[in-house]
Amino acid sequence: MEFLSEYVFSVFFVETLLNGLLYGGVLALLSLGLNLIFGVIDVVWICYAELVMLGMYTIYFMHVFYGLPLIPAALIAVLVVAVLGVVLHKVVINHVLGKAPINQLLATGGVLFFLQSIATLFFGVEFLSLGVSLGSFQLSEDIYMSTSQFVAFLVAAGAVVAMYLFLSRSYMGAAIRAISQDRDIMILMGVDANRLYGITSAIGGGLAGLAACLLSLQFDVHPFVGISFGPIVFMICVMGGLGNMVGGFLAAFVFAELIAIGGYFADLEWGTVLAFCVFVITMFIRPEGLFARKS
Amino acid sequence: MNRILLMILAAAALVAVPFIGVPPYWLHIMIVILIWSFAYTGWSVMGRFGLVSLGHGAFMGIGAYGTALLWNHAGLTPWIGIPISLLLAAAFALLIGYPCFKYRIIGHYFALVTLALSVIIGQVIVATRDHTGGSLGYTPEPHGGEGFSIYALQFPEKAHFYLIALGAWVIGLIIWRAVDRSMARYALEAISEDEDASAAVGVQVTKEKLKITVLSAVMTAFAGAMYCQYQLFVSPDTVAGVGISLQIVFAVVAGGIYTQFGPTVGAIITIVLAEVLRINIGELEHLLGFRPFGLDNTIYGIMLVLFIIFLPKGVLGTFLEKYLRPAKA
Repeated sequence: MEFLSEYVFSVFFVETLLNGLLYGGVLALLSLGLNLIFGVIDVVWICYAELVMLGMYTIYFMHVFYGLPLIPAALIAVLVVAVLGVVLHKVVINHVLGKAPINQLLATGGVLFFLQSIATLFFGVEFLSLGVSLGSFQLSEDIYMSTSQFVAFLVAAGAVVAMYLFLSRSYMGAAIRAISQDRDIMILMGVDANRLYGITSAIGGGLAGLAACLLSLQFDVHPFVGISFGPIVFMICVMGGLGNMVGGFLAAFVFAELIAIGGYFADLEWGTVLAFCVFVITMFIRPEGLFARKS
Repeated sequence: MNRILLMILAAAALVAVPFIGVPPYWLHIMIVILIWSFAYTGWSVMGRFGLVSLGHGAFMGIGAYGTALLWNHAGLTPWIGIPISLLLAAAFALLIGYPCFKYRIIGHYFALVTLALSVIIGQVIVATRDHTGGSLGYTPEPHGGEGFSIYALQFPEKAHFYLIALGAWVIGLIIWRAVDRSMARYALEAISEDEDASAAVGVQVTKEKLKITVLSAVMTAFAGAMYCQYQLFVSPDTVAGVGISLQIVFAVVAGGIYTQFGPTVGAIITIVLAEVLRINIGELEHLLGFRPFGLDNTIYGIMLVLFIIFLPKGVLGTFLEKYLRPAKA
């Protein structure tokens, strides 16, 4: 009982849970982008987090170096990463479409190496900070929340809702959903698959760019920043069921809370260890994903 | 007869290397190449059957850190510490492999589960920084006069370690060949084509996959232990974690997954490239106008993508196919 009153029913624990929730929002955005690409193109972009890293550098240089205000800098970052997504598709993914999944994994793994080291090459290994602090606000008597995290959560949630509406309401969204259900038939129906793939890559890249803007409010950028959340995003997508966007969305919050709770009781590293152990066990119990619908 | 003579000559030449006045730097490069070749060969004995593991950084880390920690904290000589570490790596391979194979986790799902193992081991090493030194690295304590100790397996003389690494490398190649010639190979090739069909004709899918996974994990862990004993310094960046897992896979793909010397060629390509760029970084700086840190990985990355698209059999595999075995269907 003492344990409960001291650790669990404390304001710090509530704060921890809230922080987990807020972090989960950004992870949900990332997993949505990756899931969309996997669902439509059937290729896992192992280098997804490295696109985010490039987005973070874009907003850094636009804002700090060229002195653009934050919002236009963010828009440029989103645009740049969206274009990078299309370039990635045209240059690499197009050649490995329909190849063994392992070859696709390794090809995008090569892109990961390339992007990491090209960033090292041009930007150096220093940690660069956007230098924007939005401060924090008081939620109740002794619970404080970081404003930038809260803003990130709101924007991420907004983007997820917008994506949902786009996919469920628009003509293009319907086409994207259709091609993820049956790649072969859609082509026979006269749909230009390449065009859809290009658009999906742009959207997936754009989501990565948006996540980059939100992450750069909270974290410094350096060439290896992707490694710190890239694996987490894959695990989330797999845990939710690859290609299953609702599952990935929920799994993002499960993962973020596990990391936060582990970090609360021990170090942050133990939080990550806990989350990945849960992931491995989940894979054994439900290999098709935690929230997979029965087929 | 010619073939055997050639092999004896090659072996004699390799054994003679440290005794003919090769500069220590070159000896060092050769030792590093041999150790990594052994690790890559260890990965490729399972990788060639479509079992792409991104968890071998974890096994290597277990081998390296297990040996060092047992020596420093428990006072166990590596003669006992290394076997214990190998058993530990085998236990982890079983722990992750058994459920994976039983529940049919294959393809990129297998790769991602093993990637999770890499993350877990890497993070545990960082989290237990009071004992492992965390990301700053860890040093096994020196033992014996002038650093030489058979008890602690510490050899300041590079020639000694060269011979050990050479022996391990040869054993690695022999294991590769033994797997290549075994019935298990046919079983595993059948499994990688179609699990259900091979199970239907009587292949014990889970058992065959587990055997090769444990073998592969133990080999990689041994490479980790050798690396630890040679460098007398280990850190998550150099022997454990996600980065090492990716490096292992990349080097093997570059050299050739399906050939005996492919992993060795991969090790030579990657290590020599990294060294050449490292040594010439001053001149490159002069040429480019900035210090090109990370240039080696940039080139690796491009090569990996190009290899997967154009040379999926790797440098050596493609070379052998083109020039040595023409018109063999």
